Amino acid sequence: MARSNKPIVWGPFAAGGTLTAFLTPVLVLLTLLAALGHVPEALAYESMRAFASHWLGKLALAGVIGLSLWSAAHRLRITLYDLGVRADALVAALLYAATLACTGLAIYDLLKV
Amino acid sequence: MSRAPYERPITSEWIFRHPRYLRYMVREFSCLFIGGWTVLMVWGLHQLSRGPAAWGAFLELLSSPASVVFHLLTLAFALYHSTTWFNLTPKALPVPFIAAAHYAGWAALSVVILALAL
Repeated sequence: MARSNKPIVWGPFAAGGTLTAFLTPVLVLLTLLAALGHVPEALAYESMRAFASHWLGKLALAGVIGLSLWSAAHRLRITLYDLGVRADALVAALLYAATLACTGLAIYDLLKV
Repeated sequence: MSRAPYERPITSEWIFRHPRYLRYMVREFSCLFIGGWTVLMVWGLHQLSRGPAAWGAFLELLSSPASVVFHLLTLAFALYHSTTWFNLTPKALPVPFIAAAHYAGWAALSVVILALAL
């Protein structure tokens, strides 16, 4: 049987898709409130810093960011193919690399908080 | 006799051939908004790590008109992603009330997070 790397890219996609389905709407609602001038208590500097200082908060933020980005990148890759972009290997390399770079930056910043 | 092999034309106009295809594309385009919003949060985290003034500047950035419009679109696309994702759960896991259980869990989790955050 030919070896496939499909499970490696698809696993985080499914996990991220489920995570974003459960979490993203309420989190976007919170930043929308902040955008409208009603900054939720949790988004005040001291509470955000406290959350990102705890190791559990760091783990949650890194996990949510990494998996959300991965599932978005994977979905965008498939969508571009559907739209007629046939350079799949290039698209996949660029999108996954961007995802890993962003997640890496997030982890780096989390370690500094 | 040999002929040139048939090459299937690659187009994207098929999206408009049926409302179902268009709904599929709307669902897939949710990734641009969810991904874009997450990148914005990565920037927020970066600003958080730089101190209160930088975090204040990030909140300022959030309240720009373009950001408000982006947030409204992202919320709509995120809700669409959630419903399409949960509606597919019976196909992945054929258990009675599996979609309903996901909707209930989603509602409960959202209420808990709102209660904790506000």
